[in-house]
Amino acid sequence: MASESELNAGIEDGVRRRDFINIAAVSFAGVGAVAVVLPLLNQMNPSADVLALSTTEIDISAIQPGQAIKTSWRKQPVFVRNLVAKEIAEAKAVPLGDLRDPETIDQRTKPGKENWLITLGVCTHLGCVPLGAAEGENKGDFGGYFCPCHGSHYDTAARIRKGPAPKNLVVPPYEFTSDTVVTIG
Amino acid sequence: MSFPWAKPYEPQHPLMKWMDEKLPIPRLVYNATGPGYPVPRNLNYFWNFGVLAGAALMIQIITGIVLAMHYAANAGVAFNSVEHIMRDVNAGWFIRYAHMNGASMFFIVVYLHIFRGLYYGSYKAPREMVWLLGVVIFLLMMATAFMGYVLPWGQMSFWGAQVITGFFSAIPVVGEPVREWLLGGFVPDNATLNRFFSLHYLLPFVILGVIILHIWALHIPGSSNPTGIEVKDEQDTVPFHPYYTAKDGFGVGVFLLIFVALTFFSPNTLGHADNYIPANSLSTPAHIVPEWYFLPFYAILKAFTFNFLWIDAKLWGVIAMFASIALLFFLPWLDSSPIKSSNYRPLYRIFFWILVADVLLLGWCGMQPAEQPWVILSQLGAIYYFAHFLVILPIVSRIERPLPMPNSITEAVLAKHATDASSASATA
Repeated sequence: MASESELNAGIEDGVRRRDFINIAAVSFAGVGAVAVVLPLLNQMNPSADVLALSTTEIDISAIQPGQAIKTSWRKQPVFVRNLVAKEIAEAKAVPLGDLRDPETIDQRTKPGKENWLITLGVCTHLGCVPLGAAEGENKGDFGGYFCPCHGSHYDTAARIRKGPAPKNLVVPPYEFTSDTVVTIG
Repeated sequence: MSFPWAKPYEPQHPLMKWMDEKLPIPRLVYNATGPGYPVPRNLNYFWNFGVLAGAALMIQIITGIVLAMHYAANAGVAFNSVEHIMRDVNAGWFIRYAHMNGASMFFIVVYLHIFRGLYYGSYKAPREMVWLLGVVIFLLMMATAFMGYVLPWGQMSFWGAQVITGFFSAIPVVGEPVREWLLGGFVPDNATLNRFFSLHYLLPFVILGVIILHIWALHIPGSSNPTGIEVKDEQDTVPFHPYYTAKDGFGVGVFLLIFVALTFFSPNTLGHADNYIPANSLSTPAHIVPEWYFLPFYAILKAFTFNFLWIDAKLWGVIAMFASIALLFFLPWLDSSPIKSSNYRPLYRIFFWILVADVLLLGWCGMQPAEQPWVILSQLGAIYYFAHFLVILPIVSRIERPLPMPNSITEAVLAKHATDASSASATA
């Protein structure tokens, strides 16, 4: 057994060797705990198979002007819409200052393919699938899409115009591989 | 802690004496829910709902453990495994309907328990900690109920998961990554279903743990009572057993009658038909609504349809919805009146009933589509809800003149008996 005087032998400025060992041990245990927590939290992130970016090819040859189809990419619904001239004109007539999320229709379509409006069918409010892609569905007050969950109205460029959604419908990355085939992803 | 006149635990049988020395669980039970726990003599039937909530939790845990023996948490087979429980498993239909309706019964008794606390000022000193733990239990219950509703993997399950995890995407910058972290993907899928099942199984036991803390915190000052006057001496109390075990036993009987009537005769009334359609990630049901017990909060979420002060409508809705519950944590300090019971608070009592009506109105609006007049009614209802706690309550508790109060619980009880007796003799 070490006597009190022996234990206090190394004291300099009131700090004992034991204090250093205490702090070092607890700090190291803290680092270890954090190192264990990280994988335990990270396991909840999307796994590799979910992340593996799939690409989806869509044949758009059968979509007549004024029509739209609903397809899916990464398990999310995608709207492909063949706009008519009147709808494009309507979208162009809106001053950008009036928009909650200002974007022109040209920014939301590919050059020379302004009639093809391709967006995710996921309302930017809380993620419902808006109506308006299928024949006879409610297109909302602005002739585009209408989300029935909480009443968001999108216009003919799928831009948010009214209701609680903060953003326009998202345009996914895509390109025209030919005049009639679009590759999303 | 208990009152000095609490009956001490004195085991007679040698086995009980032996047990008391090694592991004094019988002593704990005796002093917590037995003759060793004195309780105010004047508790009315609104004091049953704590025990009823405990009974409802036990029903949920027992039926839930049994259901987990037959359910498969995989997006490919979950829906069919629930149908398998309903059609093939022996008494499976009964166990599942009991679990479904048990959740509703749990919320019914907990809402009555909460409003009892609001009416009789149970949240006030010295019982603030009891109230705070109660709000924690309420939050855990909501999380558990939501995740349980996702498990059948029907249309309402899927879209409920999509919308509710969507709340988190409203958070600036980190919102979308947080949502993907919660879902384990970009849309609710197998990863989501599996983790919700795991957590749905875990959280009831967490709730049980917090309930033990809730009761522990309650037993330090002892139960409140309808007069709001604290216990002064022995004649103000009766032992918990047999007086309140009997009264609670009667309450449990009534609770079970209503519960089995709902389960056997009307098991789907509180559910949604859409949840018997398998989940489809490409088609949202025309009218999605949460379970009835979330409707008032859902109406507050939907009340925000416009951007305001640099914050967009979506974030406002989510903030307001969470704030409407978080507000309850501050209630013991928002109401500064020292008078607990509304029986002696003529002004607060009026606003209490307006609040009840307001919450019912919000619940009704929550059920309706996002159209007028429901949007404006939700907005007015939401404004009133916040005004009640943040404006009306602090003002009322300062300007109110309370009614004359009796000196003790016993005096209140005897005065009531005297008026009953005189009115009885007057009619005779």
